Amino acid sequence: MEQYNNGNLVVSSSPHIFDNVDTSKIMLDVIIALIPAFIMSGIVFGTRAIVLTIVCVVACVIFEGLFNYILKKDNTISDYSAVVTGVLLAFNLPANLPFWMAVIGCFVAIVIVKQLFGGIGQNFVNPAITARIVLLISFATPMTTWPLPKKLMGMVDAVTGPTPLGVIATGSDAVPSNLDMFLGFIGGSLGETSAIALLIGGIYLIVRKVIEPTIPVAFIATVFVFAVVTGNDPIFHICAGGVFLGAFFMATDYTTSPLTTKGKIIFGIGCGLLTMIIRLYGSYPEGVSYAILLMNILTPHIDNLTRTNVYGGVKND
Amino acid sequence: MSIFSKHLPAVKVGHYKNTENSATEKMPLPDKVFISMVQHIGAPCQPRVKVGDMVKVGQVIGDTDAFVSAPIHSSVSGKVTAIDQNMTMMGIWDPVVTIELDKEQELIEDLKAPKITDRESFIKAVRDSGLVGLGGAAFPTHVKFSPKNLDEVDTLIINGAECEPYITSDYRTMMEDTDLLVEGIKRTKEYLSIKRVVVAIELNKAPAIEKLSEAFKDSDGIEVMGLKPIYPQGAEKVLIYEVTGRQVPIGKLPADVGVLVSNVSSIVALEKYVQTGIPLITRKVTVDGTAVNTPKNVEVLIGTSIKDLIEFCGGYKKPPKKILMGGPMMGRTIYNDNMAIIKNNNAILAFDEDWVKLPKETACINCGRCVRTCPMRLMPTLILKAYDKNDVDELKKLNVLSCMECGTCTYVCPAKKQLSFVNKLAKQKVMEGGNK
Ligand code: SF4
Ligand code: SF4
Repeated sequence: MEQYNNGNLVVSSSPHIFDNVDTSKIMLDVIIALIPAFIMSGIVFGTRAIVLTIVCVVACVIFEGLFNYILKKDNTISDYSAVVTGVLLAFNLPANLPFWMAVIGCFVAIVIVKQLFGGIGQNFVNPAITARIVLLISFATPMTTWPLPKKLMGMVDAVTGPTPLGVIATGSDAVPSNLDMFLGFIGGSLGETSAIALLIGGIYLIVRKVIEPTIPVAFIATVFVFAVVTGNDPIFHICAGGVFLGAFFMATDYTTSPLTTKGKIIFGIGCGLLTMIIRLYGSYPEGVSYAILLMNILTPHIDNLTRTNVYGGVKND
Repeated sequence: MSIFSKHLPAVKVGHYKNTENSATEKMPLPDKVFISMVQHIGAPCQPRVKVGDMVKVGQVIGDTDAFVSAPIHSSVSGKVTAIDQNMTMMGIWDPVVTIELDKEQELIEDLKAPKITDRESFIKAVRDSGLVGLGGAAFPTHVKFSPKNLDEVDTLIINGAECEPYITSDYRTMMEDTDLLVEGIKRTKEYLSIKRVVVAIELNKAPAIEKLSEAFKDSDGIEVMGLKPIYPQGAEKVLIYEVTGRQVPIGKLPADVGVLVSNVSSIVALEKYVQTGIPLITRKVTVDGTAVNTPKNVEVLIGTSIKDLIEFCGGYKKPPKKILMGGPMMGRTIYNDNMAIIKNNNAILAFDEDWVKLPKETACINCGRCVRTCPMRLMPTLILKAYDKNDVDELKKLNVLSCMECGTCTYVCPAKKQLSFVNKLAKQKVMEGGNK
């Protein structure tokens, strides 16, 4: 019998088997989960929404690839995280935003927020959200000129109009029905309007164990309760202004949200509270992006305060 | 998650219990055995024989006066042909006694069943049997059975969880040596005067649960408990929690929370000694893996080389690329197949090239899976970061010493980080005081 020894045996540390989930599979699941909302954006806002999303995805992937290439780093395109960022950024833009502005957003998200901080897993704020806010500050008018859903176009002259939250903020009473809001036939960023499509995607992520329900539930429940307590329509508030997009897809970003369940509850509640405070008491009618951004910044502190109770350790809560 | 649940986090891993229905086969005598002088945790044994000596089955060939140790017996009769330093399965260089068999298997003359009358003589018998934890840890059993506060111990857990994939040797023991196991459990309960005995078995071994429940149905204070078949149910601290709801405080022993744990195969080996006087010189080993021709359970003499053992299992089907002592979650890779079976060696798994893929490591994405699934509720991703920063204080704060290196965190990590390996290094760093 042949001799097997050092030369031809692999010596490595245990364990010797691994779960087949890896980063790209997780990102692919997120992409799949975004498909219903992507389809709804096409139905609601037409081909411009589809094209803008594709532009963002391509731009994000190119920026990621170029950055890796220029800095001679391992290429991370194949983990699909840049694709996810591209889709999420597009979903946070008005469907008729000029392409070049969107590309600037992609640059901010991928190069400045993600790669300059060390790449995937290192950024301390959510790239898509930060890019949206940068665009909002830089190009206030085009970023808040919301195309109206196709369904409404037959009835009104204008092709653009305010979001439901904008409508409320101006005190007008042309608020869309809750059913339209739930389905997504409202003004707003191209991917945020259809609560039902986002919910389907969110449930997919939970079933696939990509995300835990903790953050979305805490986030949406807080918005709901806050609305009830302050005498506002809770259904309207959870469907409006990208709460579902934020809660399921942005606030759950691994890198910028806490590790433990306790931390996630605090994070979700914080997002919900800040969203409502900004909406009801701030000068700006939307609030989700800022709320998540602020909570992103607090995440390291939440993580420090909510460490696990080690088995056999002294309780530290 | 853990704050809402009575169970510790765990993970589902494939079971691969391919050999669960293969009755144990006794391996024919090899030509030579290689008996290592370190087969337990604690003080190494010194050889008590010289090259040229004739030895008999059951003869003590290695021992030491240190308390934390167990004697080592010859598993064969024959002639000592060499005593040299060799790399052993414990991963260290140690004296190994090579014995050429005369194939007579003559027993040592004074071999007889020990006289047990009280706790003291029972514990002495445990030591004399050479018994160590056969489930993997190899801690001398007589030490485990004599904690300072034995009178406060109210629960004895008999570990039949066998949560590692592939391994079925404990299961076969429960099925084939039921009588010895039952007698042994009763005897241990009696001499250690422990009120409650729980035989804990994973639910994927239903026939064993059934058989033992039947055997104990009239025994007071002995019960059989089914455990969810998830990893790592059989780890001592996890088992204690699942069975009693108690947590062993950091730096304490199970006995400090009133619990002793012993593996089913250990109890059987002990009972065999008590009834016949034959010490621990054989054991059941599961041989499996993609590179083995005929996976099976084998009763093998301690000291049999892996090569001989695999040959008995039809030899290699494909060239092996990785050979494990133990299971795929915690097993140790071995350097060559000349190494020999030691007491706590419950499985030999040999895998071919296709199976041995080291996944590519990517950046941590902070997904929290490692934190969510660590049974000890540690935070491996933070340990990894603290280790990279050489931050020993932080490592201490993160309780890295509580890590039992079960491998669960590495298993679940989507970035394929070698978390449990890093924890092992981090533990060393903390123990050295971090001046590295
Ligand atoms: S499982 Fe891996 S990727 Fe996820 S947090 Fe832990 S170390 Fe990071
Ligand atoms: S190896 Fe250590 S840190 Fe990892 S899961 Fe097991 S006990 Fe937890």
